[in-house]
Amino acid sequence: MNEELIISGRENPMVDPQLHIWHWPIPLYLFLGGLAAGVLFFAALYYLLGKEEDFRTAVRRVPFLAPAALVIGLAALFIDLRHKAYFWQLYTTIRLESPMSWGAWTLLVITTVSFIWCALHIREFFPKWDWRYNWLKELESFFNRYKRPLAWVMLVFAIITGVYTGILLSAFNARPLWNTSVLGPLFLASGLSAGAASVVLASKNKHERLLFTKIDLIILGTELFLIVHMFMGFLASTQVQIEAAGLFLGGPYTMVFWIFVVMLGIIIPAILDLMELKGYHIPAVIPGLLVIMGSLVFRFVFVFAGQVSRWLY
Amino acid sequence: MRYAMAVDTKKCVGCSDCVVACQTENDVPIGFCRDWVVEVIDGTYPQLEVEIRSERCNQCENPPCVRCCPTGASHVVEGGVVLVKPNKCIGCGACIASCPYDARYPHPKGYVDKCTFCIHRVRLGMQPACVAVCPTKCMYFGDLDDPNSDVSRVLKKRKFKTLIPEAGTKPHLYFLI
Repeated sequence: MNEELIISGRENPMVDPQLHIWHWPIPLYLFLGGLAAGVLFFAALYYLLGKEEDFRTAVRRVPFLAPAALVIGLAALFIDLRHKAYFWQLYTTIRLESPMSWGAWTLLVITTVSFIWCALHIREFFPKWDWRYNWLKELESFFNRYKRPLAWVMLVFAIITGVYTGILLSAFNARPLWNTSVLGPLFLASGLSAGAASVVLASKNKHERLLFTKIDLIILGTELFLIVHMFMGFLASTQVQIEAAGLFLGGPYTMVFWIFVVMLGIIIPAILDLMELKGYHIPAVIPGLLVIMGSLVFRFVFVFAGQVSRWLY
Repeated sequence: MRYAMAVDTKKCVGCSDCVVACQTENDVPIGFCRDWVVEVIDGTYPQLEVEIRSERCNQCENPPCVRCCPTGASHVVEGGVVLVKPNKCIGCGACIASCPYDARYPHPKGYVDKCTFCIHRVRLGMQPACVAVCPTKCMYFGDLDDPNSDVSRVLKKRKFKTLIPEAGTKPHLYFLI
């Protein structure tokens, strides 16, 4: 028997009895950042492939989600800071060792690019849009001229945004559940699947819907593979990681993870996608919303469970 | 220069004087603490073994909190002591999540706070407050690079351990066993 007590008492709020320093704004931001990354990735990709006319929704319409998601996400991040008046200190330095530092700069770039991209396609929603001021018109024609390089920047920074949210967590050696390099690709895949699902939800073009259903299916398969891969890694690792995995294998997060993330968020929408491709008519809204819900719950479960996992001594 | 501290688990009685001294010296807000006392009871009655440890920030040589800080507010000063600059700290909590010892806490004013090894006292040639008040004299502080410092001398003749060395943090808080 081994009993460990803090006899002097240590009740530091948000640290004891177990760490809970990051509340709902963090997983919400991780989800919105991932969604924006997914949406912008496909927009840039199909623009660069010259398929702008074929996949109008993906290239021109769905990207309008991104600036909204990013602004709400940034607001959530700001809410979670405890020394708010000093947030600008983030932008006085770049520290490559700290994913949060280069992530903050990445966010600055991707948010700006997403606004420019939407400004270039504003006539998609408001055909008679007029920029009124000459300098704005000049700015628009400037970016129209350099739309290809802009799309390249968007493509690269969308990937970085998608991956960094996972790397941010995996860099914490102190929290064994987060401390796996699978998390970067897994968060990217989860963001991309939410992005593809948004296109399926929004598109009225059958050809486009089918393509993004296929893409979604492939990414969901990848996600499932990465999740299995992650648990195999945990179970073959040290005691602390075995116990971290135990949070999902019989522990308090088992139900919410396997039911809401894996079953409802990955397997069922994947089956529905497959049926759609086989010719059954499935209302796009069901797999689409399930994938997005799964992606959201995944961030919440992972951020909260990760804070519970710890070293033992 | 490498500052370190050794706590004698055979002499510590767990009176928590070190905790109160720290709170007083460093104006730690009520309900918070920078150091704390852990009692570990091992075995089954009547074969019991007790270990009492006065714990605080380990002033790691490879500090994850400094690595993950996005603004550079967490930094290392002379002797390898890890400090936080309140006016650079944004209160994001990354360092708190990165510490395997849970040694940091969010100060009610917004920034993150932690043990400083009482560097303000050490610079004046005094002992850290916790060491200075210990009624059983179970704590030793000093420079590991100076073979005549209290901590170097006691580590030479006694067996010791550090907490979670497998986390790779290279802690500078030693426990004499």
